[in-house]
Amino acid sequence: MNDVLDVALRLLLVFVLFLVLPLLVGQTEHKVMAHMQGRLGPMYAGGFHGWAQLVADGVKFAQKEDIVPAGADRRIFQLAPALALLPYLLVLLVIPIGPSESAVGQHIDAGIFYVLAVMGVGVLGSLMAGWASANKFSLLGGLRTAAQLLAYELPMLLAAASVAMAAGTVSLGGILNAWEWWWLPWQIIGALVFFTAGLAELQRPPFDAPIADSEIIFGAYTEYTGLRFALFLLAEYAGIVIVCGLTTVLFLGGWHGPWGADGLGWVWTLLKTAVLAFVVIWLRVSYPRLREDQLQKLSWTVLIPLALAQIALTGIVKVAIQ
Amino acid sequence: MITTTSVLAATGPGFLSPSGVEIAFLLVGVVTLGAAVITVTTKQLVHAALWLVVALGGLAVEYLLLTAEFIAWVQVLIYVGSVVVLLLFGLMLTRAPIGRSPDADSGNRPVALAVAVAAGAALVWVVVDAFRHTWIDLEGPVQGSTEVTGRILFQHWVLPFEALSVLLLAALVGAIVLSRKNAAAAEPGTTGGPGSAGEPGRPNPGRRTRTPGRPAKETRSRPAQEAPGRPPTADPSEPPQKEQR
Repeated sequence: MNDVLDVALRLLLVFVLFLVLPLLVGQTEHKVMAHMQGRLGPMYAGGFHGWAQLVADGVKFAQKEDIVPAGADRRIFQLAPALALLPYLLVLLVIPIGPSESAVGQHIDAGIFYVLAVMGVGVLGSLMAGWASANKFSLLGGLRTAAQLLAYELPMLLAAASVAMAAGTVSLGGILNAWEWWWLPWQIIGALVFFTAGLAELQRPPFDAPIADSEIIFGAYTEYTGLRFALFLLAEYAGIVIVCGLTTVLFLGGWHGPWGADGLGWVWTLLKTAVLAFVVIWLRVSYPRLREDQLQKLSWTVLIPLALAQIALTGIVKVAIQ
Repeated sequence: MITTTSVLAATGPGFLSPSGVEIAFLLVGVVTLGAAVITVTTKQLVHAALWLVVALGGLAVEYLLLTAEFIAWVQVLIYVGSVVVLLLFGLMLTRAPIGRSPDADSGNRPVALAVAVAAGAALVWVVVDAFRHTWIDLEGPVQGSTEVTGRILFQHWVLPFEALSVLLLAALVGAIVLSRKNAAAAEPGTTGGPGSAGEPGRPNPGRRTRTPGRPAKETRSRPAQEAPGRPPTADPSEPPQKEQR
């Protein structure tokens, strides 16, 4: 009985985190973007600096009419948002936030593979949405999504493989246990590649050509309204949390910190994740959108060679140490 | 095919009282088989690709149930995450109409069925014959973890592994060579951006191999051909671009 309670508690905690963290990132994005652009951002909802803006947005989305276009493939159109969102929840289950054995939703031996595999499934949601909408802009968005995923999955995998080589394990907890501070400079190239590829997989600016609102009107999500659209938005913010969390765990040492790693390890994890999320927002405000061919070129001619170089470096240092 | 092997697998030590894992294995096998059958029988192209996701995902679950965790996640990563995405990409790039596409049917159906049945029978026979008396101890230490898989792969099977790598490398080089030739041959003729992707009846084999930079080259070369008829002051790059979209 105790075990069941334990599992239920963990699942509940992860679920609450999954609902709260993306909203926090969303609200931060509102405010950070506003201040970087010299304006206030939402100020009225909830009284204090518009803290309840996203709640109000949620209420608005729930009230909207749920429309499925006449020419659309009904079932796939309706299924797509769920498929886009669920994988991120499943990934959040396995990210360790603290040093103890119990500070993770579920320990998985092949953690890196699980995480990358499940994240790849999420992109199917965008593809299904793009196709099932029966809209040329959506189809273009879906095409760009697929092309982007194919290009950026590889550098992401290679960068993660470099850390796995360094730690000698593919379990996320094992990597954190093996982590030393000097891995930071050692794996810095891999970290940059992983973070960049993660951004591209999320289709965040400057890699947002698949949803470019000024060219193809939000791409795969053009035809969505109401709650289903909100689910896609939530998936985007959940994706930010996941990618930042993974970069933290794989490259920045997760719960390791200059002090207090024993009791307050989870604070370090959340802090590093938050800083990375801030960088994600910052990039959105400061970088112009990459063109589709520039996107592909960046991945195949810059990121992949860099990731391969990182793997070579990791191998050399690893052999030299032993 | 999958169900038959699982039935045979259940006829082991615990045939009369199958364990929960064995029942789950059977049920997932039935689902996987059903999804696979729908994949090849459905009239809707994209639905077929999506049912393939279900079938491949079902296989991953089967691997998990057999404690081969590493293989299971790699299966999801490679097949669901990449191969199906590539398949959908190809479909959407050429033609992916919503609804049925009867013209995509082939007259080779009986032959295909015969080949499929023969291949399935051969596989089942080989697998059953090879692993007839092999049992996976689900209660003991995990036999398919990353560590065990890596150890076996790089100690016992390192030569086949290397041979496979070389084979894949050859395929890679071959693909590059093929696409380079096609790009050179198709360069002058093809027009039309991906905007025309959804239109039926326009499968363009040259399109798949197009390098991202090429449309720009086209627009650059075309004004040179049209230059005599045009006043040189007009913006030369604008009209061709509009044609493309």
